[in-house]
Amino acid sequence: MNTVAIRALIRNDLRLYFADRRAVIVGVLVPILIAAFFGRIFGGGDQSGEQGKIPIAVVDEDRSRVSQAIAADLASDPLLEVSTLGRVAAREQVKSGKQNAAAVFPQGFGEQATKSLFSGVNKPRVELLVDPSQSTGARVIQGLLAQYSMQEISKEAFSGEYGRKTIDNYLQQLDKLEQTPLRADLRSLLSAARTLNDRAAADAAAASSSGSSASNAEQHQFGLSIPYTVASTSVTARDNTPYNSYAHSFAGMAVQFILFAGIDAGVLLLLTRQRGIWQRLRSAPLSRSEFMLARALTTTLISLFQIAAIYVAAMLLFKVRMEGSWGAFIAVGISFCLLNATFGLMLATIGRSASTTRSLATMATLLLVMVGGAWVPAFVFPRWLQDASRYVPTRWAVDGLDGATWRGLPFDAAVLPTLVLIGSAAICLLIAIWRFRWED
Amino acid sequence: MLQVDRISKRYGERVAVNAISFNVAQGETVGLLGPNGAGKTTAIAMISGISRPDSGAVSLGGVSLAQDTNALKRRVGLVPQDLALYEELSAWANLQLFGGLYGLGAAQLQQRAKAALALVGLADRSADRVKTFSGGMKRRLNIAGALLHEPDLILLDEPTVGVDPQSRNAIFDNLEELKRRGKTLVYTTHYMEEAERLCDRVLILDHGQILANETVAYFKQQYTNLEAAFMQLTGRALRDGAES
Repeated sequence: MNTVAIRALIRNDLRLYFADRRAVIVGVLVPILIAAFFGRIFGGGDQSGEQGKIPIAVVDEDRSRVSQAIAADLASDPLLEVSTLGRVAAREQVKSGKQNAAAVFPQGFGEQATKSLFSGVNKPRVELLVDPSQSTGARVIQGLLAQYSMQEISKEAFSGEYGRKTIDNYLQQLDKLEQTPLRADLRSLLSAARTLNDRAAADAAAASSSGSSASNAEQHQFGLSIPYTVASTSVTARDNTPYNSYAHSFAGMAVQFILFAGIDAGVLLLLTRQRGIWQRLRSAPLSRSEFMLARALTTTLISLFQIAAIYVAAMLLFKVRMEGSWGAFIAVGISFCLLNATFGLMLATIGRSASTTRSLATMATLLLVMVGGAWVPAFVFPRWLQDASRYVPTRWAVDGLDGATWRGLPFDAAVLPTLVLIGSAAICLLIAIWRFRWED
Repeated sequence: MLQVDRISKRYGERVAVNAISFNVAQGETVGLLGPNGAGKTTAIAMISGISRPDSGAVSLGGVSLAQDTNALKRRVGLVPQDLALYEELSAWANLQLFGGLYGLGAAQLQQRAKAALALVGLADRSADRVKTFSGGMKRRLNIAGALLHEPDLILLDEPTVGVDPQSRNAIFDNLEELKRRGKTLVYTTHYMEEAERLCDRVLILDHGQILANETVAYFKQQYTNLEAAFMQLTGRALRDGAES
């Protein structure tokens, strides 16, 4: 083994890499900037809840106590950012993407909904205008709308004006019908509800006249509500350790831009073959395997430099922390860099011209990183794509880096990703060895 | 020193070199002359070990190239026709790579690189990037890159292509100095005056075959000058095919 020649080749390639300042900037600074951007739009590091509110418009054509109460409930929900608009303006804003959806409460909604609570017929129709590109947000809005509507309508039924009228109406209708045991029971139930309604109204009036606050008055109103409260806890590395979305975006961008460096290495090799320097290399006492080893080691070293620089910036500037195992991070990082080196070699052996190889490889890389969850976490993908992404090495690289950082997983969790990456590197290497033309 | 015995090379249907044989003695300078596509570069590639002959053998000092290519490669220095330099790096960094490829240690490399740069007159530009060099300087550095491992045989494939007369003259001076040091040179060129000035013996190739293998004095005596011999032997038809 001509180790002196291998060292000379590695030193030379490193010099070439660092001589091209633009390549260094693209390889280090650009991923940092893009990761910062993605991290910011996906929540940043503070996770205070101000990020990512769903914009929704409410069109209240009813202006009843019920519709106003529902609108107020929606406005106070931490997930939503509510604007009160007219129907035409709301439709325009949904169309232009400013609002994810608009809920239109038609005239007579409050009264009709209260009646329907008991009868189940003649339900009023709430129109929900939805931006089709924001289907997830629309589902959230639908759920919250159902929750607050049920709460306010039932409150109105048991404590409000419409409820009293509706119950009186039913009681009058029952009195006109022939008495049966079932109707007698129903009459008792409605009478009890009527009594409850009167008492609530009297208590509310008393509280109001004695100067108590509106919220105290509301305590005398009864309605259905969700019979539990939800305590949401982000399951991150440790209790009280908030999720830092930069951790994922830095993992994704590191993977993407290191793969770009792999493409550059492959293209450089293709270009070298077309230059006089190739004859110089071929005329030297250097074997095919020594040459390939030197190339692979150089790309691995450059990739390691990139990942180190990107994560130093992530830790210093964006508070990304190694909540899991440093060993896991190093194992996944090195195995991914090895994969990248062999990927570059493989490209150089299967590519024909430099420009075509660069274009095709860039397209394939973007697909790999997208499916691998480098841009957005894989859990937002449809089920079939999540399953398919398990066959993509970039998914394992991103998962491995996520595990070592914000998920706080132990070293054991990195074993499988590391093995998958090393296995993928071996496949790329075998293809490269098989296809590599040393002699012209 | 160098024995070339009936070597042939074929690219598909086209025969680039067809069973050529010649010997080169220690310290001798031999010119390979031929029109485009005559087979000069292919012959050089086979002698340097870059390309394997389809048939025939190349031996250096009695040892066949097929037996131990690496050992023989250490005795040969190739100056490729295309500039074999990294333009983004300094002259010194280029030489560090080329010396390293031949296993030279740091101290030895330092000494040899200094000597090679001094020989080609670039000692004061060693730290400069190659892309700042003129065409002639690049050609001289291209030669220096082949000298670091002190080869016995130096193969020069059109080393003066595209340089001005001053640079060409400087390159001749370099090659004459190498000749004085006892190096064996095999030199391909289109320029007759170069061959006349530098070579002890000239081989005229065409269509992959050797048409003549004589001393410069012989050609002058028989054909007035080398160019007359060349034109008479190779004809006046244009050769637009690729160089091989």
